[in-house]
Amino acid sequence: MSGALLLLADGRFPAGGHAHSGGAEAAVKAGLVHDADGLAAFLTGRLHTTGLTAAGLAAAAAGGFDPAGLDEAADARTPSPALRATSRRLGRQLLRAARVCWPDPVLDGLAAAYPGGAHQSVVLGLAARAAALAPADAALAAAHESVNGPATACTRLLGLDPYQVVAVLARLAPELDLVAEAATRAAAEAVRRQDAQPLPAASAPLLDLFAERHNAWKVRLFAS
Amino acid sequence: MHRDHPTDEFGTPRVTVLSSGRRRALRIGLGGPVGSGKTATVAALCRALRAELSLAVVTNDIYTTEDAEFLLRHAVLPPERITAVETGCCPHTAIRDDISANLEAVEDLEAAVGPLDLVLLESGGDNLTATFSRGLVDAQIFVIDVAGGDKIPRKGGPGVSGSDLLVINKTDLAPLVGADLAVMARDAKAQRGELPTLFCSLVDPDGVAPIAGWVRERLARWRAH
Repeated sequence: MSGALLLLADGRFPAGGHAHSGGAEAAVKAGLVHDADGLAAFLTGRLHTTGLTAAGLAAAAAGGFDPAGLDEAADARTPSPALRATSRRLGRQLLRAARVCWPDPVLDGLAAAYPGGAHQSVVLGLAARAAALAPADAALAAAHESVNGPATACTRLLGLDPYQVVAVLARLAPELDLVAEAATRAAAEAVRRQDAQPLPAASAPLLDLFAERHNAWKVRLFAS
Repeated sequence: MHRDHPTDEFGTPRVTVLSSGRRRALRIGLGGPVGSGKTATVAALCRALRAELSLAVVTNDIYTTEDAEFLLRHAVLPPERITAVETGCCPHTAIRDDISANLEAVEDLEAAVGPLDLVLLESGGDNLTATFSRGLVDAQIFVIDVAGGDKIPRKGGPGVSGSDLLVINKTDLAPLVGADLAVMARDAKAQRGELPTLFCSLVDPDGVAPIAGWVRERLARWRAH
């Protein structure tokens, strides 16, 4: 148990996430999510794809994998240019908050090397490392972030009962633990071999397509 | 919300100098309810000050880039000096609880078109409780209007009672909506003590002059310390 992990994973941590829906706004607009059951299905899919991949990258970063190599691996796992840009923007915002909370030369170096922002999952892992957290903690935070943001977005977009939404997240928690464990194991293997290949590369093509379309909308509530 | 000293209320020095050694731009936030005239005030301030100052604007629209586009369409500043930040249904969060997107917009503007003298940050139209973080702006203007009802100053709230400048806009409409300006002035005084309140009508040819004068004074003080 760690206070730093709770802080890093808190939706109120000022890292820019509140303005992003993780594809939920496009899914709602497309009519694919309109109630708590639809939200549960959407979040389950997101957890096992985007969430798993982000958790692996974050755990590897927390485990000491070369950040530049991981940033390339994140690019390779993010085919949508819109999502790449979003991930880097959120990475930059997270880094700003993390550097104030847990001053660390590694974080300073990352900011200098990536003025436009490193990928969010990589920054999350390095922030966890700077906070003396373990790779498993970083994986948990990444997996949690992958579903928590979109769930909050759906509360706002659809006016869903907030108790139902939080219950969806509660039912997803055991699965979230398993995803984080799998990501942590893969990351340990990647760190041992100094090779990004073992890291999860699960993708969600519909989320990629939605992100590209959403990026072109003139009227929208969320930045992504 | 007095921001006249280079330290905050706990004595922590505030970063006001860029890595280049130059003092960064003064940042002024404009908040207030929907339709009170925030964008019109920003546009009028840009027209009044753009010949004498290097300006940039950050808008925080609620669900579109309409405010930024209004400013572009009316060509109050070149497009590269206007940035829109998206706020995910929560305009007050982006100016108060999590200011990262706005800070980055300001810094990117400073890097792209700087050096800047003044950055105006316009919040999305929100309720009477929305205020800017001191980590984001050096001073804030709260804009309300007489058509919103002459009770607003009496109702108070952080914007009305604590903003560095309260602007009560659309005084030209007062007779049409039955708003009593004397009552508004009295209630504003009761809420704000010594903090200034300006009545204005932005549809008048030089209606923004008092606000522009206040901005010039803030800038002079900012540069002096």
